[in-house]
Formats: sequence, structure tokens, C-alpha cells
Amino acid sequence: MAEDNTASHTILVVGGGMSGLTAAVEAAEVGYDVILVEKNPYLGGRVAQINQYFPKLCTPSCGLEINFQRIRNNPRISTYTMAEVTHIAGEEGNFTVTVRQNPRHVNEKCTACGVCAEACTTEIDDPFNFDLSKVKAIRKPHMMAYPLRYVMDPEFAKSDAAKMLAEKCPVKAIEPDMEAKQIDIPVSSIVWSTGWTPFDASKIHAYGFGHYQNVSTNMHFERIANKYGPTGGKIVRPSDGKEVKNIAFIQCAGSRDHNYLPYCSRVCCLASMKQATYVRNQYPDAKVTIYYIDLRAMDRYEAFQKKVETDENITWIKSKPASLEENPNTKDPIVIGEDTLTGERYATPYDMVVLATGMETNTALNAKVPAKFVSYDEYGFIVNQGNGLTASGCSTAPLDVASAVQSSTAAALKAIQTVVKG
Amino acid sequence: MENQKIGCYICTGCGIGDLLDIKLLEDMATKESRIPVVRTHAFLCGEEGLTTIRHDMQNEAVNTVVIAACSPRVHVETFRQLEAPLLDRVNLREQVIWVQHLKEEDDKDVFEEDRQMAAEDYLRMGCAKVKKMDPPEPFDDPGLSKTIMVVGGGVSGLTAAKEAADTGYDVVLVEKDAELGGRVAQMLKVSPVKPPYDQLEQPPTAALIAAVEGHDKIKIYKKATIKETTGAPGLFDVKIEYGAGEYSTGEDSTGEDSTGEDYSTGEDSTGEDSTGEDSTGEDSTGENSERIGAIVVATGYTLYDETKLTHLGHGTSPDVITAWEFEQMAKAGNIVRKSDGQPAKRVAFSLCAGSRDVQHLEYCSGACCTYSMKQALYVTEQYEDASTFLIYQEIRTPGQMEDFYRKVQNEGGVFIKGDINKVASGSNGGLTVDINDKLLRTPESLDVDLLVLATGMMPNIDTTDPNQETDLSASDANSVLNLQYRQGPSLPLLKWGFPDSHYICFPYETRRTGIHAAGPVRRPMGISSSMTDATGAALKAIQTVESIGRGAAVHPRVGDLSYPSFRVDGCTQCKRCTEECPFGAINEDDKSNPLFNPTRCRRCGTCMGACPQKIISFSNYSVDMISTMFKECEIPEEDEEKPRILIFACENDAYPALDMIGHNRGILTPYIRVVPLRCMGSMNLVWVADAMSAGYDGVLLMGCRHGDDYQCHFVRGSALAETRLNKVAETLDRLQLESERVKMIEVNIMDSDILPDKINAFVDDLEAFGPNPFKEF
Repeated sequence: MAEDNTASHTILVVGGGMSGLTAAVEAAEVGYDVILVEKNPYLGGRVAQINQYFPKLCTPSCGLEINFQRIRNNPRISTYTMAEVTHIAGEEGNFTVTVRQNPRHVNEKCTACGVCAEACTTEIDDPFNFDLSKVKAIRKPHMMAYPLRYVMDPEFAKSDAAKMLAEKCPVKAIEPDMEAKQIDIPVSSIVWSTGWTPFDASKIHAYGFGHYQNVSTNMHFERIANKYGPTGGKIVRPSDGKEVKNIAFIQCAGSRDHNYLPYCSRVCCLASMKQATYVRNQYPDAKVTIYYIDLRAMDRYEAFQKKVETDENITWIKSKPASLEENPNTKDPIVIGEDTLTGERYATPYDMVVLATGMETNTALNAKVPAKFVSYDEYGFIVNQGNGLTASGCSTAPLDVASAVQSSTAAALKAIQTVVKG
Repeated sequence: MENQKIGCYICTGCGIGDLLDIKLLEDMATKESRIPVVRTHAFLCGEEGLTTIRHDMQNEAVNTVVIAACSPRVHVETFRQLEAPLLDRVNLREQVIWVQHLKEEDDKDVFEEDRQMAAEDYLRMGCAKVKKMDPPEPFDDPGLSKTIMVVGGGVSGLTAAKEAADTGYDVVLVEKDAELGGRVAQMLKVSPVKPPYDQLEQPPTAALIAAVEGHDKIKIYKKATIKETTGAPGLFDVKIEYGAGEYSTGEDSTGEDSTGEDYSTGEDSTGEDSTGEDSTGEDSTGENSERIGAIVVATGYTLYDETKLTHLGHGTSPDVITAWEFEQMAKAGNIVRKSDGQPAKRVAFSLCAGSRDVQHLEYCSGACCTYSMKQALYVTEQYEDASTFLIYQEIRTPGQMEDFYRKVQNEGGVFIKGDINKVASGSNGGLTVDINDKLLRTPESLDVDLLVLATGMMPNIDTTDPNQETDLSASDANSVLNLQYRQGPSLPLLKWGFPDSHYICFPYETRRTGIHAAGPVRRPMGISSSMTDATGAALKAIQTVESIGRGAAVHPRVGDLSYPSFRVDGCTQCKRCTEECPFGAINEDDKSNPLFNPTRCRRCGTCMGACPQKIISFSNYSVDMISTMFKECEIPEEDEEKPRILIFACENDAYPALDMIGHNRGILTPYIRVVPLRCMGSMNLVWVADAMSAGYDGVLLMGCRHGDDYQCHFVRGSALAETRLNKVAETLDRLQLESERVKMIEVNIMDSDILPDKINAFVDDLEAFGPNPFKEF
């Protein structure tokens, strides 16, 4: 942010996933100062964890890299990672936002040289891989991470080992004693793009996620299929590392269901079709079954469904499975239910089952905005009121990437209008 | 650059100083590259390192900075703070010391020598490069306009116009009909937009029309068509032909005094008070020219031709109607059988009528499910004893629209998953619809009063057949904008006639700079989505005019102030540049010389790559610059058995992938020399010939995926490079070299795991050919 600009013209963007990134760069490129606040130690959000996008089966890093390039080159954007908004005061045109910046334990001197990680012997569960693998307690958050700076696990930071590591850093970037900071930022308008969390599949008791080792979720599967993920991209089942040659995807796992998420998350059908291609590309003889209620390949994505449908090794069963069981000997999950089209009951074993869980908006979980600034629908999505705080992306509805970009580009303009009004 | 004084700063941090002979590098920079200020620092990206450089800029008049340290992708923000007129980076970390690791079988001395040679070559290239650079002078023109033109006065266009005007920009709104509002204004109600998502709403158009017509920043042309659009972003001159008197601004229509601008007043005062030469009388049409900065195309959609849907009973009976006809009927408050005017209480809706059907429209229109549900409620609202049947393939009600689906089910809507097998006139005046009910697994026969076909949307833009992957940009088809571009009057279109270019990551981009599509013309979508979309498109249009005002490029090289210049006296009128520019930036004069439009340009350098005469250059990127760089490298003698492979890497994806090899401490052969390119499209075949003449054993090009699922940020760059490469055999033949010495591979940004093997495979191939015989020259 240029220092000669008064803060009252600044736009705050909360959330550095695809939506927040978009809102930030789009507003900054018009010529406005933007502060981008992200709770993770890196930008990119959920998208950064995704292996490939549908329908082109291209890597999200390609588009993210361009967006990071836009941030690197734009002096109008200042970024706070590991930061969360804790309080909002004031009103449209004149907000004061309190941001808590959690300690990274690695300061801006870090050159990402990696000496510390090499020396570090403590490992923790890797949150980027949904704890499916281990990572050093001081690490680059993930391969393509931006900002390119290491981060230390907060528990590890308390240890003597952390202090010893600090001495190994050639540029004195490691600060085990680093403390959280609180910053008050005056801003004119706010874009709220805090994204989503995968629905907690363990709540769907009938499907046994968490009990049956070979029952996974769609987001976990993105990491499993990723060549830099926990299995090096080898699609194998968790219980015994066996190649997954017969897999089922269960759509609407917890979605369109009054017991869980009553709404449809829009992307899960396409995500499962995409994930079916991961399996089929890796194992030419693998069989895939997709259990669905309605196949929702919206608008132009229909072409992708048509393409996946040409694969004869993929079977489509219109049915919402009633339950899952596990063969205690083979650890094969067994999918049980009734085929809606044929009326036949089935109990079919698979090597692995992926639950296509939906999106729960973080504004219903851990990223609530004080009620005086917004109104919510029944599910915790924000309904914009035009009062200087504009929600975008999955803070407003479950959206695919393109729709989130659309929503966030629009939000950037609404934020600018507040600044223009003065 | 005049009075150029170069400072070269070699960082010794991150292991660079431990693994390389820095003294040799310094000497090389000083003596061989003749750099006047050469310094080393142990931590160049730290405050002290920056201070060292700043000091030289202030006290030694250093105005060109070469940083020999980490990758140009790292610490961009840090070195940006120097505000050096010219700055370039030499990647000693990611591409030298982090990818060369001593293996057991290696001879340590040879290994170290190879690594040092690589570092020296990269430094040589960096120093040579900046000598060939000038700081860019941003393009400016006194005639630049920031006015936004919105084409289409439906809900998308109205929204774009209002949002742009509310942000303070002048707007010209062009509508082909006599009234604003488009289709939505003709609807009875619209689907729910707010919680609890179960109530139909009034169309948003009435309020939008009032806001737009009363807006003092919006000038409206009705019954208007665009005769031609000349110029370029910021400098578009748009000739608009409009209906008699159908021309207004907010000021005029609200009765305030005319501001004396040279156009006639609003429709309420047709023909009166006209002050300019363009004003018209009631009987004639008018024509006006507007200077426009950027354009939002919000031309909406045309419904699929229902007459082709005979398999769904169209033409069987007047009671088989389209959803659009039904909407008009409902709006008139008169839901009746068209055949005999009897109340239509039993209504069937055929969803996906012609959609998701390879015989008709292949795609899904996204909005017809909710649209039909809304119409089912019209029937239950008008008749207490109504029955509605929704015959569907899949119900597609994403997000919170699932609540609306439940609402319609609760209101008695009967949803039948199945196909319509036959539609016939019933015995008592209605229709009999035979359905294969897939859930009940029985044939079913429904007696209904009306069958409503929910036909899909086709983009209203420059296309005739939505199923053909037509690119009508070069034809003179019925164009909305009538662009006076050498590549044709239309927007280049993707499959099914949509005019965007990167519909996942960058949905507002088209292949014509400053022209952004919004609403169903770019992707089938419903009303609230269109309004959001139009707001976003308004932002992109504003961003375009602001960027152009600063002389800066828009996406993807955002902020780039450079643009190519053309040395026209060297031009042979081959037209490659004018044909190949992915964005149609170059017109031709009457002698077929290129006429470049800087504000259409995205700075990819495709024109530079296309030009066989090397007449196209940027101040900081040119054919000569790249040639000079790689010719600076030392080519070992043949008997040293150290081949040299030149790699041109797309800086957007391939270059980061190469960097990641370093971050993962992978291994790359020390024989490669990597030169990043803005885009593979800027690859000029001259380089291949030059590289061969200079003694390189092979040239490897790393570009993005092209074809249907292209990933090139400049759309066609990598595809064009491949095409050019097909001609390279000829060049190599002339040099009596094997054409396989030059190869292009597709690289994506996550390919760091497989890239070393791909490179090694190429090196192995080259070994079979033996050294380049030109080495000895």
C-alpha cells in the first residue's frame, strides 16, 4: 500500500482464496489500495489444494501463479497472512477493523533457503494434506506457496528444538518467541470472502467416515491424486496401500438433506466426474461407479459430463445409498441401497469409496461477521445489504471457481463504489 | 538506454557464495561484461543489501540494476522497492546451485566447473540483456476516453450501465429495441433471490430502467445498432444508428436543461430542442459517433428454435408452446389453451427441451429448471385446482435454489423423470403426452391442457450455428459491434458461440482487449447471476480505461508499460503479425503495412515472434535482445564433450516449473541455458538459426498446452509457436542440421517432477546426432 494514501480510501478484503484474491487484484488494478487478510500462512485457499480443475483438467496453480504475479507486481496490495478479523467497528466509508495476526515464528527475512527444515527433526501432521501425511514442524506451507516464506508450528515453537533451529537460520528469520499482534486498520469498505470448509463427513453416521479406513472424501481425494500429495499421486487405499481398481463416488453425501446441508453445493457432481478421470487415467482397467440423485453439470460444463459418460468403465447409478458397511477381512467398504431406476437392491463392495461432501460456508462456522453489518440466510450464507460490507464467493452461496470469480469481481466494484462515495 | 550505468549485485546468501566462485563471477562481470559497479552481498534481499544498492543509485548514478541471486519470481516486492529505472534478475539459486548436486559417479572438479560455467553464462546473459533494454515509455493519447459503452439494455446491460455510472463513469447504452428491459421486463415474475428462497419476486427491471433513464451519466440510444466500431480501447469510435428520437440522457428525460452537448434530447421531446447536427426529425433515423473507452457486451440470448422440436410435439397442436409464450400468457393473466381458449389448469413442462441433446443444443442452459418451476407456480396461483407436471432429465437447482425446488414440490408440482415419447391432441381438446417414467418404470399417459417447452439459451453474438465451433471473426457475419479489425468484425468465439477466452480462471476475458462480455451471452445464466456478472463486467471495463489511462497493459501482463514498436520501413508486407496477433491488435494500411493499436495490445510479443524481418520490438524485449543474450554464453569446444542446449521457457508456467525443481532440490543437467519468454508466441525462428549458428547442440521450447483445452494465457501463443516450428526443418536443412535438434514440449506449472527426465531425454537424442558441426566456426 502506498503510504501517502489515506486509509479511508482503502478496501479490506478478508480471505485470500480464489474469491478474495480476485476481489483484491481486481480492485487494486483499477487503482485502489487494498489490504488482503488471510488466515492461512499462504494465499490460494481451497483452490490451492485442488489437483485439477474441471473441465479442462488443468492445474489451479496455473491461474493462481498469474494472480500471485499480479499481487507481487502491484504496490497497492498489502497482504497479511495468518491473520483474522476479530472486530469491526464504524460504518460504511469509515470502518475500523481489528486484525489479529497470529505468529508465524518466521519473519520477513526468510529466503526460503530450507536450511531450517533440513535441520528440523520434528514432524507434524500436514494440514495442507488434511493430516494424511507428515511434514516438518518448520516448513514451506506447500510447494507453490505464496508468500514464499516458511512457517513454524506453534506448539513446536515452544520447544528447545525450535530455539536451536533459530540459531541455524543464516538470516535470523526464525523467532520462536514471536507473539500474536493486534492491528487496527481504518478502511472505507470491506469485501468478505472467507470461503468454505468441506462438510464434516463423520457426521453422516450411516457412511462410516472415520471408522472405515477406505472411505474418504472428495477433498481428501484431491490430495491423494496430487503428485505432490501424501501418496505422491498414487491412488491407493489408506488401509493397505492397494491400488484402487474399483471405486465408488457417493454424490450428495450430506447434501440436499435436511439432516445435514439442505442445499446443493453445485460443484460436487463435476468434481466426482473429474476424480473419476483421475482414477481412469491412472489405472486403465479400473472401474468407477457414481451414485447420484441428479447429475448437475451446470450450463457449459455439460460438455464435460458428456465426455466422461463416453467412458464405458464408469457406471452411473441413480440412488442415494442408504448406508456403508465394511468387510472386516478385506477392509472393502460395501455400499448398500436401492437403485432408483431399476428398483434393485444392491450391496456392492469396492476398494475405496469417496464421499462427495458439500461446502459449508465459513460464515456459518468460524468466520462470522457481526450481525449488525450483514444478514444471513438459514445456512449462514451472507445476503448482501449494500452497506459497505460486500460478501463474495462462497460466503454468499456454494459456487464453482468461475462463479466465485464472477461474484468477487462484482464485489470489488461494490467496494470501490463505497470509496468513491467517500 | 542513454547514460546507462549498470550495477551488478551478486548475492552470496542461500549457499550461492559457498558453492560458486564469486570472485570469478565478479571478475567476469567487471572485465568481460564491463559492468562499472559490481558488488557482492551476503543477504541482498535484507535491508542492508537494499541499502547498498540504493546507495549506488544515489551516489554512483547507477540506473540499471542486475540482481544475481534467486529466481525472478522471488522477492519481487523486495526489489520493486528500489524503483530502479531498469532491473533484471539472474537466477543463480533456483536454476544453478539448487539443481546441481554432486552425485557419486561425478568427477568433483568437472561438476564444479560445469556449475560455475552455468552461473557465469547466466550472469553474462543478464548483463547483456539489460544493455539491450530501455525503460518503457507508457503509451498516451490526448483523445483517450473513459466512457463505457454497454451494448444491450436487458437486465445485464442495465445493471452494467447503472453500476459503471454509479462508480462515476460516463456510460453510453445501446439497445436495439424501442424499450429497455429486454426479456426480463416482459416476465410476470422471477425466481426467488433472497431467503427463504420460496417467494417469486417482481422483475428487477422496472427499478433498473428508472435508475438508468434517470441517471445523468448515462446516455441511451434505443432502436439502435452499431454500424461500426473503429479504433481501440480508450479510442474506440463507435458509429451508432438509432431510431427516430430514440436517444436520451437522464438529464433530458428528467426535464432539466440541456447541457448544450451536441445530441438531441430525450424521447419525451422528440425532435424538439435539438442542438446538434446529429439531431433528427421524427421521420428519419439518426446516426451519432461516440468516443468510447471500453465496451460491455450484454446482448443476451436467443431461445433455441422450438420449431425443430417436433419430437416434443411442437407443431402437433397449438397447445404445445414455448416457455416464453407461456410467460406472456401468464403475464397477461390468462393461462388458457391456445387451441380453444379454455382454462389451462393441467400444464406439463418439458425441461431440457432441445437442451443437453446432441441433435439440438448440447449444453445445459442452467436456468430452465428454476424457470419452469416458477411457471408451474403461475398455474397454481391462477387456478386452485391446478395440476402441474415437470418432465425432466435431471433437476438442476444448485445452491439455495434447492429450497425453491422443495417449495414447488410442496405446492403440488409433480416431477417426472422421463422422456416424452409422443404428444397428440386429446379427445376433448387438450393434449395427451406419453411419457416413459423412469422412476416408476412404466409408460404413462398424461392428459394436459398445455405442454410448455423450456427451450435453452443461445448467445446473441455473431454466430449462426451454436453447435459448430465457428470462429467467425474473419467473416462478415452479422456482427454486433462491427469491429473494424483486420481480423474481422466479430469477437472470436469459443465452442457454441460464447465469446470468452478463459472461462474458469478469468471469465471476463475475451480475445478483444477492452471488450467484456456479461450475462447469458458469455455463459447461460439466470437473472441474479446475470446481474452479478454485469457488475463484474462493469468493473473490468472501468479497469481497462483506468489501465489505459496509465499506459499500462491489462490482463495478463497487468501494469506492463512496454508495447511494441514497428520499424515499418523494413516491412515486407508478409502480414504474419496482423494475422497472428491473438487479440487482433494490428490492422493494415492500404499498402498492407501493419498499423499497430497499442491499447489493443496485451504485450505477449506474438507479433515479434511472427516477424521474419525482426522489425517489431519492445523497448525491453526484442529479437535482438534474446539473440544477444544466448550468444553471450560460452560454447565449449567440440572435444570438451559438453553440449549446450538452449531452452526457451514460457515465463508463466514452464519457468516456475523449472524453479520448483530447484525448490525440491531436483537435478537438472548443467548443459542447459534457460531463457524465459513472455509467451511462446514471441518465439522467433531467427533465434533457432542464431542458436544453431552459435554452436548450441539443440533448442528446446517449453510452452503451455494448446488445442481445445488450451492453457496459454495469451490463448494462441503456444499453438502459434508449434506452427512456426513446423517450418524450422527448412531452416535447419539449409544449415544441413537434423530438424530434431529443435523440439517443443508442453509443460505445465506442476511438471517439476517429470521435467528433468524430459530434458534428459532430449539431451540423449542430441547425443545421437553428435555435436553441432557449427561449433568449430
